[in-house]
Amino acid sequence: MDTHLLSIITFLPAFAAVILAVFLRGDDEAAQRNSKWLALITTTATFVISLFVLFEFDPNDTGFQFVTEGEWLLGLSYRMGVDGISILFVMLTTFMMPLVIVASWGVDKRVKEYMIAFLMLETLMLGVFMALDLILFYLFFEAGLIPMFLIIGIWGGANRIYASFKFFLYTFLGSVLMLVAMVAMFTDAGTTCIGGCDISLLNHTFGSETFSLMGVQIVGGMQTLMFLAFFASFAVKMPMWPVHTWLPDAHVQAPTAGSVVLAAILLKMGGYGFLRFSLPMFPVGSDVMAPLVLWMSAIAIVYTSLVALVQEDMKKLIAYSSVAHMGFVTMGIFAANQQGIDGAIFQMISHGFISGALFLCVGVIYDRMHTREIDAYGGLVNRMPVYALIFMLFTMANVGLPGTSGFVGEFLTLMATFQVNTWVAAVATTGVIFSAAYALWLYRRVVMGELIKESLKAITDMTPREKWTFAPLVVMTLLLGVYPALVLDMIGPSVAALVENYASALEAADAAVQTADAAN
Amino acid sequence: MIAEDLNIILPEIILSAFALVGLLVAVYTTKDKMGGLLVWATAGIFVVLAAWIGMTGEGTRIAFNGMFIEDGFARFAKVTILLSAACVLVMSENYMRTRGLLRFEYPMLVALAAVGMMMMVSAGDLMALYMGLELQSLALYVVASLRRDSVRSTEAGLKYFVLGALSSGLLLYGASLVYGYAGTTLFSGIITTAQGGDTSLGLLFGLVFLIAGLAFKVSAVPFHMWTPDVYEGSPTPVTAFFATAPKVAAMALFARVLHDAFGNAVSDWSQIIALLSVLSMFLGAVAAIGQTDIKRLMAFSSIAHMGYALMGLAAGTAFGVQAMLVYMAIYVTMNVGTFAFILMMQRDGAPVTDIRALNMYAKQNPGRALSMLVLLFSLAGVPPMLGFFGKLYVLRAAYDAGLAWLAIAGVIASVIGAYYYLRIVFYMYFGEEQSEQMDRTGGGVLPVFLTASALIMVLGIINMFGVEGAAQAAAGALVN
Repeated sequence: MDTHLLSIITFLPAFAAVILAVFLRGDDEAAQRNSKWLALITTTATFVISLFVLFEFDPNDTGFQFVTEGEWLLGLSYRMGVDGISILFVMLTTFMMPLVIVASWGVDKRVKEYMIAFLMLETLMLGVFMALDLILFYLFFEAGLIPMFLIIGIWGGANRIYASFKFFLYTFLGSVLMLVAMVAMFTDAGTTCIGGCDISLLNHTFGSETFSLMGVQIVGGMQTLMFLAFFASFAVKMPMWPVHTWLPDAHVQAPTAGSVVLAAILLKMGGYGFLRFSLPMFPVGSDVMAPLVLWMSAIAIVYTSLVALVQEDMKKLIAYSSVAHMGFVTMGIFAANQQGIDGAIFQMISHGFISGALFLCVGVIYDRMHTREIDAYGGLVNRMPVYALIFMLFTMANVGLPGTSGFVGEFLTLMATFQVNTWVAAVATTGVIFSAAYALWLYRRVVMGELIKESLKAITDMTPREKWTFAPLVVMTLLLGVYPALVLDMIGPSVAALVENYASALEAADAAVQTADAAN
Repeated sequence: MIAEDLNIILPEIILSAFALVGLLVAVYTTKDKMGGLLVWATAGIFVVLAAWIGMTGEGTRIAFNGMFIEDGFARFAKVTILLSAACVLVMSENYMRTRGLLRFEYPMLVALAAVGMMMMVSAGDLMALYMGLELQSLALYVVASLRRDSVRSTEAGLKYFVLGALSSGLLLYGASLVYGYAGTTLFSGIITTAQGGDTSLGLLFGLVFLIAGLAFKVSAVPFHMWTPDVYEGSPTPVTAFFATAPKVAAMALFARVLHDAFGNAVSDWSQIIALLSVLSMFLGAVAAIGQTDIKRLMAFSSIAHMGYALMGLAAGTAFGVQAMLVYMAIYVTMNVGTFAFILMMQRDGAPVTDIRALNMYAKQNPGRALSMLVLLFSLAGVPPMLGFFGKLYVLRAAYDAGLAWLAIAGVIASVIGAYYYLRIVFYMYFGEEQSEQMDRTGGGVLPVFLTASALIMVLGIINMFGVEGAAQAAAGALVN
């Protein structure tokens, strides 16, 4: 079934961006309005088309569907497709983008360029989740840095220059090592096709014989080295402790819409990368490094939750809470069983809604008061009841209250990790308590209490536009909270296949080691 | 016999004759008033010759008993050289005219330099190599000091000349050693002497000196010292010329010598080239961080880029040569666009080279800023621009040849280097509004080159306009 549906979805926003860049002249009010509407229509259309893919998608087929392919230079191929693991990330992206555009309706500085940047970003993010060629994936993965760099740098806060450079160089450094590993994989396997073709990287077994490099024994051989190279990239993107420090800066300085995209979609690329590359392609390497990753995740959960407790800046607090939640994701992935990976994907999707909504919540009051200081607020419930309700819902979801989508992911990943490594699970569970502490405390300081600050006396509640922005997020958060099967049925078979392949690859590698030992 | 030989070198003969006739005619008629006409005529003849060489050439032809080789490799390099030289000439016309620099010698010297470069890439003999190299270099020394009344420009020319003479000396010394130990100056003779691993010490010494001389021409570290000063001092169009065609010629000559004459001693020179490569990449990346003069910055950028091209060469394989050729073709295209932008940087008609003057350029001139943005990310090697694919090629070549450490060093250097390209983006897009603004209009044909170059960087990722296949054929002709 060679349809071009995925290519259309991916390149529709870029096409609109080109139209904006070439045909829309001037920077007057009409031009601003036109660019906003064009961006909104395009992103909505993209979402509608992606719904077709979702309805046509067959969850029980664990292979790649809707595959499009073509020749490309250097022996590479242009190849796109979705499977159970990627489809929901595609949906998350197309779902969030119209909301992001609506949330940036108030932007008044260089609106045309702003919309172009976001439309290009959508194309690149969708490409990441659909690419079935190694270099094509890298292309989209890296190119996303350019619009994000510009978004932070042009429309960001006071310290935006530092944040944008840090964001770019940090993530670029992480990724280039992955590029070298990709070149190595190309040489080793002779193909860059990820899956769905005769010779693909998913079917290729990379060398896992232990060898020594400059006197160091590399257990797991090539696979461990490649795992580490990919890990450098995905861990930064994720971000995992201790390479998370770019995230708070980027989040704080980025405009609201930039923060939403960053938290809801860009961070998921790391987790998606682990599931697409690290686990299936380097099972032995993953197995060797899994304990380290599990402990790093546990430290991330506890440490960043504690750091979040002392933040003065709302965005920074939510940024640290994102790092903690991503800790659950990496923990679930590297528990490498069905619940773990189910939970990790679920957590990523739900975190996309929740953290996106939280950044929007900050944006709502930032637009009114132009400060993100927690101390500048207090007692907002008196003047903004609707806002208080919505903010409370997402605060609770962030804590992981049962009934919201936040609970399912955390619970599944914790349960999975408990089976693999009890101590990590025990440490990580304390993080749940800390997360309740910082989230509730934030809520109390901002929303509850008497309204005593003079400057807040005139603050107004949410406008209809803002309410409509939140409505889909509220629905999704509650819906997934009470009926998680929506997601789990979709990803289940693909995850099961992934887990099974992972286990059998490990067994095969073990058997090979034993044969080699017996031969000696 | 001689007629056949002459037939093979017909493009070179035509170009030389054109240069000499042009000189004579200009001297005896209107002198500098002919400058503009000669620039266009020279560019035209470059393009015609490039088309002729590119379309009609076939197979390998050897002239003058092996002194001159006309093969796919030479053709690829010649087409690249001629086209880029034509672009730079056309770009410089307006700039030179408004500053009274449009002397008739300029296009003629560029034409003679082009003859020298064509000779270099076709050299099959140490003598032919030296002849071509010197013809090119002498023309360039003069062009560097074209602005006779400027201290900077004459200093640049003198510096270039003194250091260039030194490198020529090294090269000649190496050539004489090679001749002494191989008994011949023909590449085809040298290669049989350096058979399978038992390269004699004398020959190795000769090789090292040859490499040192050539490394000077491509400005690879540690032979790069002249580059920033010469780039900064020369008139900007001349700098643009230095950054493009001569680099391709020198790099092609490098590949020619290493593969045609020392193709059996790959393991001997591969490590030297790898070292030159890694040093160039890192110095180019680190030293440019503090630069505020865009011409100096581009000098270090070109040093870094030569490091990447050398990475392809260090692989010592046909794919490595292909990677190098693709890299150079992309590099030249990027630099033509970037220098078109630099030539347009002026305030009240006076050229500006300080990158801080670009403050908020994106607001004043969004189209040009966007093109430059694309070029800068391409120079930094960030996907999806074509510059990334150049890097991918050389990385792959180096990795396949077992130089994984070089590939890793290369990507790390590219991250450091990304900083200074981003800094220009920062000035153009993130800065604060200022009262003094750059000139908005003007530049004649320059915006066309800038836009075309940026479009190639974006659209080229679809199929590279067929350069990939041509480079593969060219590399196949050189390395068997």
